[in-house]
Amino acid sequence: MSGTFVGMPAFPKAAHEAVGNATLRGNLRHATHTIRAKRAVAVAELDDWVELREAGKLIKDHTLRHLDRYLVQLEESVTAAGGTVHWAADADEANRIVARLVKETGEPEVVKVKSMATQEIGLNEALEAEGIRAYETDLAELIVQLGKDRPSHILVPAIHRNRGEIRDIFRAEMSEWGRPAPEGLTDTPAELAEAARLHLREKFLRAKVGISGANFMVAETGTLVVVESEGNGRMCLTLPETLISVVGIEKIVPTWRDLEVFLQTLPRSSTAERMNPYTSTWTGTTDGDGPQTFHLVLLDNGRTDTLADEVGRQALRCIRCSACLNVCPVYERAGGHAYGSVYPGPIGAILSPQLRGIQSEIDASLPYASSLCGACYDVCPVAIDIPEVLVHLRERVVQGGPVTRDGNKVVLKPAKGHAAERAAMRAARWAFGRPGALRTGQRLASRTRRLHPRTLPGPGKAWSGTRDLPAVPAEPFRDWWQRTNGGTTGKEAAK
Amino acid sequence: MSSRERILGRVRRALADVPPDDTPYGEAVARDYLREHGDRSVEETVELLAENLADYRAVVHRCGEGELPSVVARLLAERKAATVLVPPGLEEAWLAETDVARVPDRGESTAHELDRVDSVVTACAVAIAETGTIVLDGGPDQGRRRITLVPDHHICVVRVPDQVVSSVPQGLERLDPGRPLTWISGPSATSDIELDRVEGVHGPRTLEVILVG
Repeated sequence: MSGTFVGMPAFPKAAHEAVGNATLRGNLRHATHTIRAKRAVAVAELDDWVELREAGKLIKDHTLRHLDRYLVQLEESVTAAGGTVHWAADADEANRIVARLVKETGEPEVVKVKSMATQEIGLNEALEAEGIRAYETDLAELIVQLGKDRPSHILVPAIHRNRGEIRDIFRAEMSEWGRPAPEGLTDTPAELAEAARLHLREKFLRAKVGISGANFMVAETGTLVVVESEGNGRMCLTLPETLISVVGIEKIVPTWRDLEVFLQTLPRSSTAERMNPYTSTWTGTTDGDGPQTFHLVLLDNGRTDTLADEVGRQALRCIRCSACLNVCPVYERAGGHAYGSVYPGPIGAILSPQLRGIQSEIDASLPYASSLCGACYDVCPVAIDIPEVLVHLRERVVQGGPVTRDGNKVVLKPAKGHAAERAAMRAARWAFGRPGALRTGQRLASRTRRLHPRTLPGPGKAWSGTRDLPAVPAEPFRDWWQRTNGGTTGKEAAK
Repeated sequence: MSSRERILGRVRRALADVPPDDTPYGEAVARDYLREHGDRSVEETVELLAENLADYRAVVHRCGEGELPSVVARLLAERKAATVLVPPGLEEAWLAETDVARVPDRGESTAHELDRVDSVVTACAVAIAETGTIVLDGGPDQGRRRITLVPDHHICVVRVPDQVVSSVPQGLERLDPGRPLTWISGPSATSDIELDRVEGVHGPRTLEVILVG
């Protein structure tokens, strides 16, 4: 499978293919149901979850509303602490900056902490083009990298793979990247984790350059925070001589104290733990401890465009916990790849079309990749109203309207693919305004019900391609109402 | 125009709807969440720390101040450790009863050298009971971040009740953001394979916490 999302089919087609894969559905169902149940227990331990969630929402909203001020403050704090701050307007610029910084060290390879931002900009591929090899060190990212695959979940990117598949990937691919898999490797998780430990340790011990993202940046102090479980993050953040962190500009919190909210809500929402095994914080550089050179690359790449949308900007509150993925009935069946974006699931359905714009077919289809059931909103630890933004973006896709792209205000045309939907709505408006025509049409539909096709013809084909058509009843409701006097005569409708 | 100016300009234009007299930070965030969860005595808080550490597969020991050297010696012996890393400011007395070869925490030690050491003994900065977390802040009795990372066996000494707080908010209050901090809740773990939790990937596979006091 290609490592890129360019040319991905739109969501309905990609999802249709994924739903037909029984192994994938089994893996996904097991994983999402397990973590969903665990999360509910972890959240129930805190009596003040509602208040924590509200505080998290308010902190993030306040930060976003004054992002310019906090960005400048963060830059000052990081610089004062011995770091160097770079600004990247888009993916290309961020990749150029990172490649230049790595080249200046003279190193041909880097070790990486799992990071959504570097995936979003395609950093590994960009470094490869410059002759620099990037090693993913998170176990799941390693599985994805070795399998020449794409991540399918924010938290557990290899969730779509079961243990047998992972063993096969390790056996076949580890030797290409370094230390081969141990002889006779079985598919027990403990043995697979041990194989990853041995394979990666040689890379950690010789690494001179580490690349990370960050979960939070504290404007007041210039502190960056990375939460993780395995210790691969600690390895990359402390053993190399140079550390480069690529972080989205929305990851700021104003003060040190604000972390008290997110260090309670993030672990419980993501891995369903009271606390993740390791959290690292660093403020610039520390003499004699850890990397002596620290670069922070602040990434825009569509975030300011998202910020310009007063309804959609709440997506920038996201702390990447992935709770919304695990409760989503659509994600559970379609899997992460169908979303054609590094951000899958409900949050991806609102974040990706805003970061990238809705010009492409895949991005225009994402606001429809949801049942609007609201489960994602209920579990979100920063209360992002995902259904509200989905509906807002659907309206944008169908009607067009003013949006901001690359910092410029543009007016979007209505999407072509939705001509049929608009025609159907016009037809419905016509019919509902003419009771006689509606009655005739309904009777005709009932009488011909055995002849109805399973899919709609013409422009309706796209709609019925992803939905089961409802059966037409033998008798229209209005006829039944008249015949039984509103049900009061007690007679069953004619079969 | 530099990218810095470009991005800041875009942010400012995007926030055209935000009035200049928008609610200031101090009033914008309702902080009516709890400072700690539950009403516990000091001893109950220490007990909760022990429980939560154990729940995340840390091995917990309790002893009085006088017994600490013998406990440390016993744990190193049980592990059959031949070498132990020692931060520069660790109390001499803690290792008084063991003859395991000491390796000082030196700036010039390479990662490969650290990888050959069996165990490490450190103090901590604070421990958080509700989450079962110990926090290291790089102080002289804890050493550089990497010495508690590369060896496979970490013995961490927590003074109870002085170093124990109930909750994350109380823990943050005690910590200095200017120092590099490592929060540790149990040994290294992964759930990346079918969400089955496996202890020990890249960090120490065994975490032993001694509650002293």
